[in-house]
Amino acid sequence: MQEHDTSWVRTEMALAQQAPAGVRGPGAWVRKNLIGSVGDAILTIIGIALVVMILPQVINWAFLNAQWTGIDRTFCATVAQGGIQPDGWSGACWAFVNAKFGQFMFGRYPIEERWRPILVAILFVALLVPLLIPKVPRKGLNAILFFLAMPILAFILLVGGMFGLPHVETPLWGGLLVTLSLSFVGIAASLPIGIVLALGRRSKMPIVKTLCVVFIETVRGIPLITVLFMASVMLPLFLPAGVTFDKLLRALIGVSLFAAAYMAEVVRGGLQAIPKGQYEGADSLGLGYWQKMGLIVLPQALKLVIPGIVNTFIGMFKDTSLVYIIGMFDLLGVVKLNFSDANWATPQTARSGLIFAAFVFWLFCFGMSRYSMFTERRLDTGHKR
Amino acid sequence: MASQEILREEPSRASFVNDPKVRSIFFQVLVVVLLGAGVWWIVQNTIDNLARLHIASGFGFLRGRAGFDISDTAIAYSSDSTYGRAIVVGFINTLIVAGAGIVTATLIGFILGIGRLSRNWLIRKICMVYVEIFRNIPPLLVIFFWYSGVLAVLPIPRESINLPFGSFLNQRGFYFPRAVWGDGSWLIFVALLVGIAMAWFVARKARQRQMATGQQFPVFWTSLALIVGLPLLAYALSGFPLTFDFPKQSTFNLTGGFQVKPEFLSLYLALSCYTAAFIAEIVRAGIVGVSKGQTEAAGALGLRPGSILRLVVVPQAMRIIIPPLTSQYLNLTKNSSLAIAIGYPDLTATAGTVLNQTGQAIECVLIMMVVYLVLSLLTSAVMNVVNAKMALVER
Repeated sequence: MQEHDTSWVRTEMALAQQAPAGVRGPGAWVRKNLIGSVGDAILTIIGIALVVMILPQVINWAFLNAQWTGIDRTFCATVAQGGIQPDGWSGACWAFVNAKFGQFMFGRYPIEERWRPILVAILFVALLVPLLIPKVPRKGLNAILFFLAMPILAFILLVGGMFGLPHVETPLWGGLLVTLSLSFVGIAASLPIGIVLALGRRSKMPIVKTLCVVFIETVRGIPLITVLFMASVMLPLFLPAGVTFDKLLRALIGVSLFAAAYMAEVVRGGLQAIPKGQYEGADSLGLGYWQKMGLIVLPQALKLVIPGIVNTFIGMFKDTSLVYIIGMFDLLGVVKLNFSDANWATPQTARSGLIFAAFVFWLFCFGMSRYSMFTERRLDTGHKR
Repeated sequence: MASQEILREEPSRASFVNDPKVRSIFFQVLVVVLLGAGVWWIVQNTIDNLARLHIASGFGFLRGRAGFDISDTAIAYSSDSTYGRAIVVGFINTLIVAGAGIVTATLIGFILGIGRLSRNWLIRKICMVYVEIFRNIPPLLVIFFWYSGVLAVLPIPRESINLPFGSFLNQRGFYFPRAVWGDGSWLIFVALLVGIAMAWFVARKARQRQMATGQQFPVFWTSLALIVGLPLLAYALSGFPLTFDFPKQSTFNLTGGFQVKPEFLSLYLALSCYTAAFIAEIVRAGIVGVSKGQTEAAGALGLRPGSILRLVVVPQAMRIIIPPLTSQYLNLTKNSSLAIAIGYPDLTATAGTVLNQTGQAIECVLIMMVVYLVLSLLTSAVMNVVNAKMALVER
């Protein structure tokens, strides 16, 4: 007898076979993503045509043909316009941005005092960066320093008039300094006001509720310019004769109230998303109203609406540029103001200055939106199915 | 039972101060008193200030002579017209720029939003770059860019850029042929209206028939024939009354034709470009929000890709898209107030000029606020009707 043992057990895993040659490699990628069908191929050709038309021009203008250094308009003007460039030249005038960089950052802040805003900026970054990185410890202390100590110190440093620092009036402020201070105060003020408004809107007290609804809906229905107009022309009428208000402060109040109305709606969305059981659970534990909201509801609600809050911040950051219209010079305002400088008047000046400003605004807004996406993913605990 | 009786009879053990009802009334009275005091203080101050500045309150000033010119007017206006009329001119300009902007932004936005979901990698990336650039810069900057960066550096009128259809582009704006309607052209408009009415009627009948018998009717081609064909027929019958007034180049300027000023052009282009980026994101979110099972089920039923998109995906995506789209339309309308920065005479700009001339700050700001509020409420109302039509009809 012969024993036939036909059973066989495989001991090692069968390795996955490589995908067929038709679906891997760059060729297949191109076939799938660029020329999947006739329509796709046509779209690709249109897309390539667009890129070929626009990209070289942009690169030429912004880098290859750009004028990086220079002391006046002749460096950025063609011969026909009284400059040194060949006729038909078109390139960015970064020399203009270079020459005016200090103004773009600080406005007319006295040059010998500019170390103060720089110091504030360093302080701001030094406190903000650890606050944003989740792994760095001592968040509580950091937050207190950032939201309480830093603003006071920044106020003392920027305004001056005490501790031997010369007073710098706010009309002298300008540029990115104004943009950032408006946004920082606006953000810091609008979030608490917005939370109070949102709670008021969901309150059971009819008068409080009505007041909040009227305020929120009115502010959301009108443009920011109208609010700023109100802050600049109507506020002086509302105050007793002789009482004057700083222009920057007026703009700050306008921007903060405006942003607060939008913030209130975002927070309300979060409050509505919290299940009723959480409210009832807090009640049954015997917590009072503020304990219930502060310990149970708001932490959950705010976490839910972080993207909305950051979107409101981004919107407000962009909206600070509107103070130009009531005669203040934020980054965009200073750039615009410098177009009328006869020393730099060329056809390229406006474009270069605006693109520089756009780049700065873009950096901040894009950074904020990416950070919000990062936080959203990090805090996404327990809501994913 | 007994214990319940006791509970009911016994007055609240907690002190009077802790009763939620009493507290609620107390807080509300406090709020009203504080608010009333604040308002009274403000009103008193305002009355004092107005008396000191010799400004009469009230809306009587609207009947005064305006005395300033407005560059873009849709209705008859001269510097002899009243302040009221100047504000109306501004209001109409706001409507024009907002309406044009909304249409263009919606078109660009839908194209971009669908492009971001294209299977084509290149198209996807191009749309993404556009959206990421425009979403992250202030609208005012976009307006300035078009105004001082692009339109202001165009050639002078003598060296205008020639565009197709006899149009020209130069520093002073965009010129295109103006249609001149001759005698009998009313017939064309009547034909157009009749065509639209008939197309609507045909579509209704065709749907009823399809519901009843399952037979389809080529609605699209019939409607096209009615809406385009009837006016063309009327045009021929009334003896071709339409002529064009072409812009002509003279020594220093272009004469004739229709001129679109750079102020309007830059505001319109900037608002369209800027809002389109936001609409693109809304459209993308709407389409992504329709679950994949819907597309697959439609495919399993044997629908072709075009039909799947038209009959299954778009109607469901619209439900998600319309509410945020409404707020974008409102944003565009409100952002049109940025016109003041480049001198396009919209409502804010004309009311601002009136404010500077008359000093009637409260009245002018009030007019602005009320008009924008009403516009916002009207837009929301219209979009709510559209939304209700689109909303899920559940059994």
